[in-house]
Amino acid sequence: MGSVRRITRRKALRLAAATGALPLVHIRTSHAAGRLSVGFWDHWVPQGNEVMAKQIATWAEKNKVEVDFDRITSSGNKLLVTIAAEDQARTGHDVLSFPTWEVQNHHAKLEPVDDVVGRLEAKYGALDPFYQYLGKVDGHWMAVPASSGSQYKGPCARLDLFREHCGIDLPAMYPARAEHTALSDTWTFETFLKAAAASKKIGKPFGIGLGTTADSVDTSGSIFASFGAQLVDAKGAITVKSDATRAVLEYMKRLVPELPQDVYSFDDAIDNRMLIGDQTTLIYNPPSAWAVALRDAPKVAAQCWSFPTPAGPAGRFVPMNIFQFGVWSFSRNKTAGKELIEYLMQREQVQQRCDVVYGFDIPPFDSMLDFDIWDKAGPPPGTLYNYPLRPFHKANRWITGLPAPPQIAVQIYNQALTCNLIAKVTQGGLPIEKAIAWAENELEGYLG
Amino acid sequence: MVQAGSIPIVETVAAPAPAARGRLHSAMRRRSMVGFIMALPLIALIAGLVVYPAVYAIYLSLLDKSMTRFVGWHNFVFLLNRATFQMVVFQSVLFAISAVVAKAFIGFVLAHLMHAIPSRRQRFYRGLLLIPWVIPLALSTLGWWWLFDPTYSALNWLLNRLGLPSVSWLGEPGWARFCMILVNTWWGEPFFMIMYLAALKSVPEQLFEAAAIDGATGLQKLRYVTLPMMRNVISLTVLFSLIVTFANFDIVRILTNGGPLNTTHIFATYAFQVGIQSGNIPLGAAVSLFMLPVLAIAAVFVLRGVTRRSQEAM
Repeated sequence: MGSVRRITRRKALRLAAATGALPLVHIRTSHAAGRLSVGFWDHWVPQGNEVMAKQIATWAEKNKVEVDFDRITSSGNKLLVTIAAEDQARTGHDVLSFPTWEVQNHHAKLEPVDDVVGRLEAKYGALDPFYQYLGKVDGHWMAVPASSGSQYKGPCARLDLFREHCGIDLPAMYPARAEHTALSDTWTFETFLKAAAASKKIGKPFGIGLGTTADSVDTSGSIFASFGAQLVDAKGAITVKSDATRAVLEYMKRLVPELPQDVYSFDDAIDNRMLIGDQTTLIYNPPSAWAVALRDAPKVAAQCWSFPTPAGPAGRFVPMNIFQFGVWSFSRNKTAGKELIEYLMQREQVQQRCDVVYGFDIPPFDSMLDFDIWDKAGPPPGTLYNYPLRPFHKANRWITGLPAPPQIAVQIYNQALTCNLIAKVTQGGLPIEKAIAWAENELEGYLG
Repeated sequence: MVQAGSIPIVETVAAPAPAARGRLHSAMRRRSMVGFIMALPLIALIAGLVVYPAVYAIYLSLLDKSMTRFVGWHNFVFLLNRATFQMVVFQSVLFAISAVVAKAFIGFVLAHLMHAIPSRRQRFYRGLLLIPWVIPLALSTLGWWWLFDPTYSALNWLLNRLGLPSVSWLGEPGWARFCMILVNTWWGEPFFMIMYLAALKSVPEQLFEAAAIDGATGLQKLRYVTLPMMRNVISLTVLFSLIVTFANFDIVRILTNGGPLNTTHIFATYAFQVGIQSGNIPLGAAVSLFMLPVLAIAAVFVLRGVTRRSQEAM
């Protein structure tokens, strides 16, 4: 009988540790580090996709990973459907970009990325609680807040028409430099109402809607927040029956008559068309509408100015939608996926992508707000300087549904509860108390 | 050795072969077996693409939101108690029944008019009337959406030219519902027309001649000759269209997305909103399955009637 090599407990532990570490090691030969399938949001500005593809190719070459990169459009909710299908099938891409609520909707199948976010925060500063609300579950980051596609949806207004008909000098109120002006303190919902009335009078009403799609929901939600109206609090208690809700509904009864007649059937494209078609003085939108106007209606584009939302009794809340990069827990190459995400979120890469999309993409780290694209973009010069929120704006990022627990908030958002509540009063003619009772009933359903 | 019960010809042919081969041979000689084998690819296709998803959807609808716990009928009971869902049921029924009745009526009239046109010119008009049905629905609905568009509505432009005020086509609940039904009727009516036309062409001319000799009026011919002869086709087209219309998604999704005030949501769009957008797939599955028992029972009765009438005619 030959000699039998004894395995000690120490040896067994070493072997187990080495085996466990295997997936963490890339062997640097051609494509030796495996394959990675990536699906990112198809950017509305095509150059955004091109730069993203180049960055991925550079990373793939350096790390010897074979990467398949798919651009998935959000039109027709294709991205949502893809995410839902891959979640169910437990197969598909390794890394996906997840729109605003989708990390909360699919967190059970996502790989925690605390390590990646931790390193990025150490380098670029802590993330705003807004990102934690959308990306963290039970204290763990389930996706990395991304810049590509993340956007504010604050006002974009016509300089000339505002000056002439509303008596508001936008560059004086929000100049293209780091300065808080006294004039910006007068930008309240009362001023907003007067400007809306003046705009309606000249046949170019504000292009903000009360439909059921994202733009309408974002706008109405931020108005609710500015009046301090919460539908559900952070603990999940229904709080819609409040003086703040009554106040916002009273306000909307005054505002809605100054909006377009078809405000209840607005979708996400109408406001853009109104701006580009010289049909409005103000819309709530990221700079995509301005960018299209630059091409199709340069005279209109030269008169556009982006700036924060008006302030209400509870403050100033600017609607924001974000994308997050997540790795499926069933991915076969999680380590490579995380490394790619970390690479894409480095300052140089974020800036490159931001530059080619006219500053549309908002980086999640405030330390990156010194990119010069927002200073340079024009015409008019400085048009986008106040598009990203800056500390002197004294404004907050907002998503309709906040501060309710995400599983309730997502329903408030997607079922357009704020818009429907306003419509119940302003279109349906329901007394405010009855409309609030209706909303309470709806919310009870979301809790159940 | 020959199997008991096998027919003599099989015995003669299969006798020299081993027993197993003989059994296979005899089985293959049976028409039912050959038929089954020929239909197997289709059966597999239906099992994979219809039965499995349907069973899986039923399974999903019995789970909780996180899809980890079996909750029985809870999702269905929960939905029935929600005012918004009750409205969705009402709207789906209103949408499907109004659209199917309108399609059946217009299709019936058009088929008769078409039948009266000489065959050479008939081909041209038939092709023309089929256009709505052959264009992809999503595309044609986009065309309609441009007509109803809040800001640039071509219909409103026309109304304004005539000195009439603009209509909020998609912003007023009543008009929005009307628009949904109108577009669905426009799209689906050619199907009825072509089916009814085919049925009309198969009615023997002698029956009409005999009725004419008996002094029947046009209305009497319609009631006592045409309608009884077309009953099966009418039943099947109505059933088929009812199922398809209840499952409609594109029209509502493109035109109103369920608004205003959720007054145009139907089962499919509400299921999408609840299941995919709000991340509650089991509840979405429950919404989409709601009409299954009603439609299944309706299908059983209609198909039984069709079979009975076919047997009577033989």
